[in-house]
Amino acid sequence: MATLSDPPSESFQLSKLIRDTRYRSYTFQLIALIALILVFAYLGSNLASNLAEAGLNISFSFLGNSAGYDINQSLIEYNNQMTHLRATLVGALNTLLVAFLGCILATIIGVIVGVLRLSKNWLIGRIMSIYVEIFRNVPVLIWILIIYFVMTAAMPSARDYLGEEPERDLLLGLIAFTNRGVYVPAAVFQPMGWVVLGVFVASIFGAIAYRRYATKLLYDTGRLLPMGWPMLAIVILPALVAFFVLGQPIALDRPDPLANRFNLQGGIPISGAFIALWFALSIYTAAFIAENVRAGILAVSRGQTEAAASLGLRPNRIMNLVVLPQALRVIIPPVISQYLNLTKNSSLAIAVGYMDLTATLGGITLNQTGRAIECILLLMLFYLAISLAISAVMNAYNSAIRLKER
Amino acid sequence: MSDTHAESVAFVRDTMIPEQAPPASEAGAVKWVRSNLFPDWLNAILTIVALYLIARLVIGAFPWFANGIWNASSLSECREILDGATGGCFAVLAERWNQLLFGFQYPSTEYWRPALAFVLLAVAAAPLLFWMYLPSRLLVLTALYPFVAYWLLWGGTILTPAVAALGFVVAYLVFARIERRSFALALGAAVVAAVATWFLGGLLVDALPRVLALPEVASRNMGGFMLNFILGVVCVSLSLPIGILLALGRQSKMPIIKWICVVFIEFIRGVPLITLLFVANVVLAYFFPPETNIDLILRVIIMITAFASAYIAEVIRGGLAALPKGQYEAADSLGLDYPQAMRLIIMPQALKISIPGIVNVAVGLFKDTTLVSIISMFDLVGMIRGPILASTEWNGVYWELWGFAILMFFPVCYAISKYSQWLERQLATDHR
Repeated sequence: MATLSDPPSESFQLSKLIRDTRYRSYTFQLIALIALILVFAYLGSNLASNLAEAGLNISFSFLGNSAGYDINQSLIEYNNQMTHLRATLVGALNTLLVAFLGCILATIIGVIVGVLRLSKNWLIGRIMSIYVEIFRNVPVLIWILIIYFVMTAAMPSARDYLGEEPERDLLLGLIAFTNRGVYVPAAVFQPMGWVVLGVFVASIFGAIAYRRYATKLLYDTGRLLPMGWPMLAIVILPALVAFFVLGQPIALDRPDPLANRFNLQGGIPISGAFIALWFALSIYTAAFIAENVRAGILAVSRGQTEAAASLGLRPNRIMNLVVLPQALRVIIPPVISQYLNLTKNSSLAIAVGYMDLTATLGGITLNQTGRAIECILLLMLFYLAISLAISAVMNAYNSAIRLKER
Repeated sequence: MSDTHAESVAFVRDTMIPEQAPPASEAGAVKWVRSNLFPDWLNAILTIVALYLIARLVIGAFPWFANGIWNASSLSECREILDGATGGCFAVLAERWNQLLFGFQYPSTEYWRPALAFVLLAVAAAPLLFWMYLPSRLLVLTALYPFVAYWLLWGGTILTPAVAALGFVVAYLVFARIERRSFALALGAAVVAAVATWFLGGLLVDALPRVLALPEVASRNMGGFMLNFILGVVCVSLSLPIGILLALGRQSKMPIIKWICVVFIEFIRGVPLITLLFVANVVLAYFFPPETNIDLILRVIIMITAFASAYIAEVIRGGLAALPKGQYEAADSLGLDYPQAMRLIIMPQALKISIPGIVNVAVGLFKDTTLVSIISMFDLVGMIRGPILASTEWNGVYWELWGFAILMFFPVCYAISKYSQWLERQLATDHR
């Protein structure tokens, strides 16, 4: 009868905490946790003693106090009697505004430049690469400051536009570039004007419906209706007809050189700081987007284009149906992270005095109240929330377009 | 073959026709211009428009450069000399170049020190950048550079950086000695040895403060493009090791360590650098003991390093993720423990993949060092916006100064990004 010796008893020894890989990770994590707690306790106690010494506390009640400073550009109603919270909100909206408009302009410029960089035209390709290299390799802050200088110091004074025989004329009779900002005409809606706008929106839906119908007809019967011109007509004609039938109810309030002896009146003044920030962020980010677009188009292998051509597709159909869907998969994720960068870079507004969140909450409010920790914490949380939201969108997109293999 | 048809064919050419030149429209410059500039109507229009714009730009800018004034003491004097003609006032550069490069407080007799440090940087960086062509022994120069550069820029006795370097050497020797037995033990012993060396060395420095001493320059006196360079180089070099540790931590299977790294990385990447600089400027001091007085440049270096290391960690994580799983399993099956597997198998490959990404982060960071001008430090942008444009002599000179700033940043960033592309081609060893 064979006897089996007992397996060595699995008694726990302290040395296993270091020697045994099963337990060692717990030791390390415990050490890390303790170290983390110690660091935080150390920083926290320093903070507490420093605050006590300065006679401060952590409190967000200052947000309810009256702000007492003016903001030159505001999307919502604001005056200097309102609270810091309201000023913060105005700043946040201004940040979102410049980021949103910047993303749109950057995408437009970036796509055009990226496609033109691949152009067969040697000169155009060269110019576009020079553009990309120059803007990518110089700090965005320098571009913002240069364009700000162009928008302020290098622009004529508003006075040049004034009077019966001004030194300068409005561009197209509509737009005035002055060192106090750009004056653009504002649309004034009479009650019937909203009807025209409604007709316009409805006809956009009509154009989409027409496109759907044409596509369905193509798939069902093989008959191809013309797409471009009818859609354009559907969008424009009804609104034009409504505009004239209702007696031109939308007027343009253009900047008026004669109304006032000191400044232009009427229209919407857009501050030079906003334009500098918007334009600089756009052209800087566009240089990066152009590179992404170029890389995305180049990433679609030549065989795809050739295969589509051998199926008999026309060049623009090859682009629309074969190359772009595959290129977009490569292009969109880095472009979204460029949007994120643009949003974060918009905090440089403080360098030119555009009143975004960094300039209101992190600038004037901070300096007035002295609540550095609270202000900067809120500021960081705001940007963190935006970037987490954008990353969430990007992750959702990535998982939606992931190649489903087998 | 040819014989069979010899009678039926009237003429067979038996000599080669001499080669003819291609038609004029299919060769040389004409062909190139036609196919590259005027292939079709649309491109022809684009080309003509582009040529017109370039011509206008050149014609407009030429007198500005040609009439440029290099010798004047103020903008109004420039205008007097120009007498209404178009022309740049480059005299501002001629007069203030030292401020633009070194800041307005760096003692002018010591300009040779940052200049020498800059030249030595090229010498020290070469073995690192072109390691495949240069003997690896030259990396000693790279390792020595930080200490030499500290001595040159900040001054003081040479013993301070020498002791610091000695500490690292002792730590390395101790580590190499004990490493065979246990990685963790060796690491601990190395740290102890280094601290002991620095403590003893500190006593020595205190006793002999005037050995080979250069005049000391305080951090707050650094400025101009030099400050951008110092911040860029220091923060990138410091953030590399931290970034590697963060990337490894994020890959780790230990949840607590992993989450510490994830939260740190995502938080830093989610906020703009400018808010971190605000932290350095107004908040960070609250977290240090009341009696310590850490100067602004050091606080800024801490925050920019934290910022850069989060980005570098993400780049390296990409490199780690790109490695086939087989590499990890192969290392395990050889019986290597974690530090060995990482140092010998994983990291060399992952870092190689990540180098272009790291270089991109470095370029971005170098550009972002201009943000310190917003918290009123006088880097190149800060010098232009502050002391120079605010002075009565040069108020109004914009193009010349900003052009100078572009001229400083562009070559550096362009060279680094070209280097990164070149390196990418060098490292692409597959699919060829």
